[in-house]
This record gives sequence, structure tokens and C-alpha cells, in this order.
Amino acid sequence: MTLLSVEGLGIDFGGVTAVDGVGFTAEPGRIVSVIGPNGAGKTTLFNMISGVYLPHRGRVRLDGEDVTGLAPNRLAERGLSRTFQNLQVFLRMSVLDNVMAGRHLAERGSTLADLLGLPSTRRRSRETERAARALLERVGLERAAEREASALSYGALKRLEIARALAARPRLLLLDEPAAGCNPVETEEIDALIAAIAAEGVAVLLVEHDMKLVMKISHHVVVLDHGEKIAEGAPEAVARDPKVVEAYLGAHAGREGSHALG
Amino acid sequence: MRPLFAKPISAKQATLLVLLLLIAVAPAFFPSNFYYRVGTLIFINGLAVTGLVVLIGYAGQISLGHAGFAGLGAYACALGPVHLGLPPALSLVLGAVLSGLLAWLVGRPILRLKGHYLAIATLGFGVLVSMVLANEAWLTGGPDGMAVADLGLRGLLKSAGIKVGNAELWYWLAGLILLAGAWLALNLKDSPSGRALRSLHDSEVAARTVGVDVARYKLSAFVISAVYASVSGSLLALTNRFVTPDIANFLHSIELVTMTVLGGAGTVIGAATGALLLTALPQVLTALQEYEHIVFGLIMMLVMIFLPDGLLPSLHRLLRRRVS
Ligand SMILES: Nc1ncnc2c1ncn2[C@@H]1O[C@H](COP(=O)(O)OP(=O)(O)OP(=O)(O)O)[C@@H](O)[C@H]1O
Ligand SMILES: [Mg+2]
Repeated sequence: MTLLSVEGLGIDFGGVTAVDGVGFTAEPGRIVSVIGPNGAGKTTLFNMISGVYLPHRGRVRLDGEDVTGLAPNRLAERGLSRTFQNLQVFLRMSVLDNVMAGRHLAERGSTLADLLGLPSTRRRSRETERAARALLERVGLERAAEREASALSYGALKRLEIARALAARPRLLLLDEPAAGCNPVETEEIDALIAAIAAEGVAVLLVEHDMKLVMKISHHVVVLDHGEKIAEGAPEAVARDPKVVEAYLGAHAGREGSHALG
Repeated sequence: MRPLFAKPISAKQATLLVLLLLIAVAPAFFPSNFYYRVGTLIFINGLAVTGLVVLIGYAGQISLGHAGFAGLGAYACALGPVHLGLPPALSLVLGAVLSGLLAWLVGRPILRLKGHYLAIATLGFGVLVSMVLANEAWLTGGPDGMAVADLGLRGLLKSAGIKVGNAELWYWLAGLILLAGAWLALNLKDSPSGRALRSLHDSEVAARTVGVDVARYKLSAFVISAVYASVSGSLLALTNRFVTPDIANFLHSIELVTMTVLGGAGTVIGAATGALLLTALPQVLTALQEYEHIVFGLIMMLVMIFLPDGLLPSLHRLLRRRVS
């Protein structure tokens, strides 16, 4: 059963094609990884799927419904949630408030009731706080709950964004390099967390440079190079694909190429 | 022995308690009746500034035109009794409703703008209102201003057997309304809507991806702050018993924003501090009055350069560093 289907998606920036003709599908409970060298168009693809960029070509469907070009908040209402490669944390809010803000769709109500502090408002806030604390525990940040988000380390902020994204109880979760800047222990934890999220029936779309992580937890891998899809399939098959090896070796003769091969 | 507080009091309760104590205790130290008047002006400014905390502090949007809404509220109280036969108190409510409606209409296109563009657009709105008030002399009396009817509260109390001086009555009335305004703004801060406002302040794109309808929440902050400014303008007109177009003046907008950022735009207690300092100073140091606007401009520049978070948050940080 397909949850997300992307067809022929493309966008240009000032005459330069960043992504072109990319298509794939994602299903509940499965992890689809999007890999490719730096600048391949992975983040741009995520931005188009999540409504941050308006695609110039192609279609995005959720449950068969055409949602191309819908605003991010409308897509959130349909169960799409995401994290950001370049961190978009609410830095002046507490760690707890960040995650609570992620539950906006479930807790929103009339602003007048919120001004008056009506019992319904306070009940919604209490429920949100309970849910947020449970999520902070899940990502290992429960002891930082009352701290200002700006005081956290980079790796902790990455996990905070995952907790905030989960607070929306998504059906489709887009994670853009969740393990970047994390040490091996943290990467291990995030790896287990992502697998657990998928096991609960969420469709996960993952961009990640750590090939070990990708190979271990992905059900399906989509490879981008210069904005185009050059390969797609099971992780092992993709790793052996000569076109993929060449793309990585061509772009970076070093680190990532050997990861892709190994 | 049981501890005094079963659980530590919240920031909201602490703020309200401090405000209440200050309002209640200050008169014990007033050397003359004149200080009731100063206190009243502080509370009235504090009310408008509390509204701006919602707009600037929570939502992170700027307005250099909110004196326009104060003008609307003031003239509603001047015109309502004369032209519509409304009692002044009802005129205040009417002014607030009209200001809210106008903010809703004006805010929809304006709030799409960001940063400098938003500042200039709101500035233009404020200038427009003050020009209309000054030019439509047939209705507003023009630059000479017009008299405002008595609120009638004192007479009401008198007939109930309570005698209270005019200056004192206004002090307590304005203090009470400020407390109510602070209570509403504090309720909002940690509510679902308050979280939505604060989140779009920090990252609009992230706020949208968690489902926040950014345009709608910016607009509600704009409307709320306009209503605060309107009520503040109404109270000023009613306590002065007179109003001129100066109330909608650009300089009044600047004063309000300066008060908001001086104390620390994010908090209600910071707003009250800003209103206290910048209202009381020119009143107490009468020599300053002529240079009031120069001093305001200077303070705004210095705050922006040296205390970008405002007086209270910066002091707080300084103290914390000393302690640890
Ligand atoms: N807003 C934008 N304006 C102009 N060019 C853009 C914009 N966003 C992305 N690009 C360009 O699109 C191309 C793809 O960038 P993108 O960030 O999607 O790559 P990526 O695969 O996520 O790379 P990385 O692995 O470094 O994160 C790049 O050439 C980039 O410069
Ligand atoms: Mg990227």
C-alpha cells in the first residue's frame, strides 16, 4: 500500500536544474533512503515534498491525493512531518516547549480561549506536556527539558528535532541527515530509534551520508546524482551498482566512495 | 512544618504578584497627589506595551504604527458620546472592536512583509491615521483636538457612598486594567496559541512544518496588540478629558516600541519595567521633557547596541554569571 508517491519531480534555480524527473514511492512501516553526493539535490527533493519549495514539474501524492504545492502546514495536517539538515530549532524556547510546539495540530484551539486561560486550554496544554516529556525520554533528552534549546549540543539538537517531528504523530517522516555531527554511540541510538519509528507503521524517508547506517536500516534506497535518479533498489543491489559507485567516486574519490563500496 | 509553597510558583503567578504588590504599595510612598497621575500614565502605557509584547516579543513582528490604534480608541471615546449618544465606557469597547477589525483588515496584506518592509508599512498606517485625525476637522476638531466626556465612574461611586479623589480613582482603575491585560498576555504565553506564536518567531519554516498557519497567527497577534493599544488610547483620553491627534503620532508609536524593547520584549514584567522607566523619567525630571524624544531615540539606540535582549533579560544574565 503506497502512502507517498513522487512522480517526475523537478525544480530549477535561476536556470540551473537542481532536481529533475525524480520519482519513487514510500510505504507505511518501511524506510526509504535517499543518497547521493553533496549537492545531488536530496534536501531540495525533501523541500519539494514537504511544501517548502514549489516544484516546477511533477506530482506529489499522499494516499493518492494530489498534494503538489500545498503549504507545509496543510501537508502537516495530512500527516507529513520532517527534520532539517541545517537545524530549524526554536532556539529561544525551552527544550520541552520545542517538542510541545510540535504537537500544535493536536492542541490548537481558539486563541480567545487561550487568552482567557479557560480549562479546556489548560487541559490541552497538560496533555501536550505529558506527550512531550515521553518523547524527550524516547530521544534521551528528558533531563534537559527545562533548559533553553540554544544551550544544547549539536547532536542533542538533532534529536530534539526528531522528538518535535514525532510530536505531530506523523504517518510520513522525512529525516534530513539525522546522524550528522553525532558520535558513533549517538549514531547507533538514532539508528535504533529510526528503526523503531518505522516498526510502528510510519513511512520514513531518510537522507543520510553514513552509509553503514543506510545499509543497515533501509528497506529501499534511491540514489540521486546531479538532481537525477541514477539507481534505485534494495540496499545491497544499489551498493554494487556500477553507476552508483562511479557517481560517488567521481564526486569524491575518497571517503564516501569507499563507504558506498564497503 | 509544611513548606510555604507546595510547589514553586510559576513565572505567570510571580509576575502578577509583583505587579499587584507594586500597584498596591506604591501610593504609600507618594509625596503628593501628582504621583497618582504619574502612576496612571505608567499603567496606561504599560497596557499598550503589554499588547506589543504579544506582537514583538512572542510573535517577533514589528509595528511602528500602533499609536494609530491608540488614536482610534481615544477618538472613539471622544466621538461616541457626542455622535452616537453612547456612554464613554461603551465607546471604549466600540473603539476596541473597531481597532481589532481594522487591524484584521490592514494586517492581512501587511503581515506578509518582513523586517524593514513591515516596519515601513506599519509606520505608513500610523501616519495615515494621525493625518486623518488632524485633517478631518469637521469630525475630530482637527489639530486643536476635542473634549472627552466624563467616564462617570466617580459619580457612580459617590452615589454608592464611596468618596474617592479623581487622581486616585484613575490610579486604581488603570492599575486594575493593566493587571487584567497582563493576566491575559501571560495566559497566552504558555498556551497552544502562545507556543505557535513563539515558534514562528524563531523559525517560520519549522513552525509551518509542525502545522502552524503562520499568516493566521501573525494576524491574531496583530489584532490582539491593536486592541490593547486601543484600550490604552481610550483610557488616556478619558483620564485627560481631552484628546488631540498627537496621540496617534509616529513619535507615540516609537515611544511604545522603545518601552517594549527596553524592558525586554519577550516578557510582560519587562514591558511593565520599560513603561515605568520611560513614563516616569520625563515626568519626574521635568528638565528632560523638552528633550524627551531625543532621549527616547538615544535610549532605543543604546538598548539595541548594548542590550539587544532588553534590560531585564540582560540583567538577569549578568546576575547569573556573578552567582556562578
Ligand atoms: N534555494 C536555492 N537557491 C539556489 N540554489 C539552490 C537552492 N537550494 C538548493 N540549491 C542548489 O541545488 C543543488 C542541490 O542542493 P541540495 O542542498 O538539495 O543538495 P544535497 O543533496 O542536499 O547536498 P548535501 O549532501 O550537501 O546536503 C545545489 O547545487 C544547490 O546549490
Ligand atoms: Mg542536503
